[in-house]
Amino acid sequence: MKDTIDAILKKHIPKEKGNLIPVLQSVQKKKGYISPESVNRISNYFRISRSSIYGVATFYSQFRFNPPGRHSIKICLGTACHVQGGDFILKALQAEIGISPGETTDDMRFDLDRVACLGCCALAPVVMINNKIHSRMSVIKLKELLNKYE
Amino acid sequence: MNNFYKIQKKAIEEWQALKNSSEPVIYVGMGSCGLASGAGEVWNSVRRTIKKNNLKAQVLKVGCIGPCYLEPFFDIQKPGLPRMSFNNVDVSKSRKLISEYIIGGETKLKPLGHLGENKEEFEGVKSFWEQPMLKNQERIVLRNCGIIDPENINHYIARGGFKGLLKSFDIGPEGVIEEIKTSGLRGRGGAGFPTYKKWQFCRNAKGSPKYLICNADEGDPGAFMNRSLMEGDPYVLLEGMLIAAYAIGTNHGYIYIRAEYPLAIERLKIAIQKMFNLGLIGKNILNTGFNFNIKIKEGAGAFVCGEETALIASIEGQRGMPRSRPPFPAVSGLNGNPTNINNVETLGTIPNILREGGKWYSGFGTEKSKGTKTFALVGKVRRTGLIEVPMGTTLREIIFDIGGGTLKPFKAVQTGGPSGGCLSEEFLDLPVDYESLADAGSIMGSGGLIVMDQGTCMVDVAKYFLNFTSQESCGKCTPCRIGTHKMVEILDKITKGEAEMRDIEILEGLTSTVKNGSLCGLGQTAPNPVLTTLKYFKDEYLAHVEEKRCPAAVCRDLVEYRVIKEKCTGCQRCVSVCPTGAITGPRSEPHNLDPEKCIKCRACYEICRFDAIAGDAIVIV
Repeated sequence: MKDTIDAILKKHIPKEKGNLIPVLQSVQKKKGYISPESVNRISNYFRISRSSIYGVATFYSQFRFNPPGRHSIKICLGTACHVQGGDFILKALQAEIGISPGETTDDMRFDLDRVACLGCCALAPVVMINNKIHSRMSVIKLKELLNKYE
Repeated sequence: MNNFYKIQKKAIEEWQALKNSSEPVIYVGMGSCGLASGAGEVWNSVRRTIKKNNLKAQVLKVGCIGPCYLEPFFDIQKPGLPRMSFNNVDVSKSRKLISEYIIGGETKLKPLGHLGENKEEFEGVKSFWEQPMLKNQERIVLRNCGIIDPENINHYIARGGFKGLLKSFDIGPEGVIEEIKTSGLRGRGGAGFPTYKKWQFCRNAKGSPKYLICNADEGDPGAFMNRSLMEGDPYVLLEGMLIAAYAIGTNHGYIYIRAEYPLAIERLKIAIQKMFNLGLIGKNILNTGFNFNIKIKEGAGAFVCGEETALIASIEGQRGMPRSRPPFPAVSGLNGNPTNINNVETLGTIPNILREGGKWYSGFGTEKSKGTKTFALVGKVRRTGLIEVPMGTTLREIIFDIGGGTLKPFKAVQTGGPSGGCLSEEFLDLPVDYESLADAGSIMGSGGLIVMDQGTCMVDVAKYFLNFTSQESCGKCTPCRIGTHKMVEILDKITKGEAEMRDIEILEGLTSTVKNGSLCGLGQTAPNPVLTTLKYFKDEYLAHVEEKRCPAAVCRDLVEYRVIKEKCTGCQRCVSVCPTGAITGPRSEPHNLDPEKCIKCRACYEICRFDAIAGDAIVIV
């Protein structure tokens, strides 16, 4: 735990407070989420208060504060996806796996998030699972797809 | 300079060698759209097949060529023949093409078109550019997208790359600004401020160091023009930044890009490295004494960071909240120094203007809006994708000639993202330029065009946008923070059938408060979707309020799902997919749908093969 965060912090000079967001991004990339302990360590290193760090981190939708599941599902709710029924897919998925956006299932199999737009609007509605974008989704197709992820 | 001519000569030789290759060349469309359609699997399979069969063939990655609905694209160029483009190629089709067309010599699969230099028909195959979707386009910014390998700088150089930069060094910074003035180029991020003026302000501002920022935080849902450009031709953006930096007089550049675009970030990083290796970025560029460095800053998911001052706050590592202007960033921006911010498309246009001349560019477009504009044509239109047309093209030409029209009858088109408006059928002949769109109550925006048909509920669309802006509001000023929230509440009441006429009046009142009272562009334009839908589609609001009915059968609380007993064969498919167990019944007998348990997820509606389930408002009984 300590080493990963140390390695990330060492790449930045404490004085350059503008690097707070890239540091948070690297931490999330390595650990999957921003834990209270990570915030503590970043706070000590940059001499920024913990509340300020949370202020910045919670402002941006990219950061999550609970451990992710084994597979992360992101439902695109961009305009094109909405018009093509993205909202129906989200509702059906919520009923299927029993969690709301921002949460992780109890068995840690899936975590669920909504994104504003993945930029694949011509193939709407789209769903992203573990960084792979699946196009022209339907409720049925998504259900079949989920079986492939254990 | 002499050094560059050597590089250029080598690049042209490489490009010619590729065109006249004695081996077959395969091009796979590997933009995000292509990858989402399965181009990655095709790419891996092709490499394996070639190795297995010991074939002598080159395989290249290219970016997005435009018609996303035909992805993945798979082009084959055989010796002595033009590059033939095949569409919707999955793994099995790609195998078939290799065994039949490359190894065998003939295939029954018909190519969509050829991409030869000559646009004439070739042995019964029409030019790719003669398809209805591409015929009326004018590709200036997108000229290399889908044609070149975005990771190979020599392809870019061979097609006229960096000629604009050389010319800039020739005519000097003032000369560059003069050329941009002649071209009439206006900011492509949406507001349409003349680019040369912005540069002039920053050039004349006192303070150092100055900064150049490329705004690649393409946050509008439904827009992906910048993503495609950066993925398909990253060099044109970087060359544009070099020219802009030279004209303004700065050595520091930033690209603020959405983290949701990992492929674009990767391609930009590769491109920057390749330019650095050739001495086109870094110190003493081409021995002119001009230094320039570019840093990539990844956004962290906040729509408001598309606003200039919020973007600067985000780069500084703070919450991305806008501040009041003046002072404008040109005077006091990043770290309090003069900063110039341009959109990706604006910067991507610059090299073309310098290469061909400002006068040439001003030959396209209308009197006040010059040049071309890229649009993401999406929604309920037959041919979706990325297009580029001269300013002044009408919406009808874009939606019906290029987009092929809608499946159900056309209802509306939404321009400008969450800050724009929905225009009805009567505006179809409106020429698309900054002024005409603003007069109609919408905006040009960054270029998303979302087409809607009779299956779209306009109140639901307005609610969607307001929901978006209220969530993305940074919360700094009250009219935006609370006003948008209240508007969502009222719209929610309307879509649930709980609203009265008085609510529509309150909604109208709120629009002007939020519009006039907000600090930044996000709040000032947030009411536009409500204003335009209220103006052009009031009957739909009335249907929801007075008749408690959703004409498009979209609003969940106003439709009901039920089984049409006469059509149901009792096949149990819907029973198996229903997540809440609302549908029951023995095999071979009409099923029962319990409305109490139904969450209206539409799973049964999608899977039913006998049209036996219907939303109540679209009764099929």
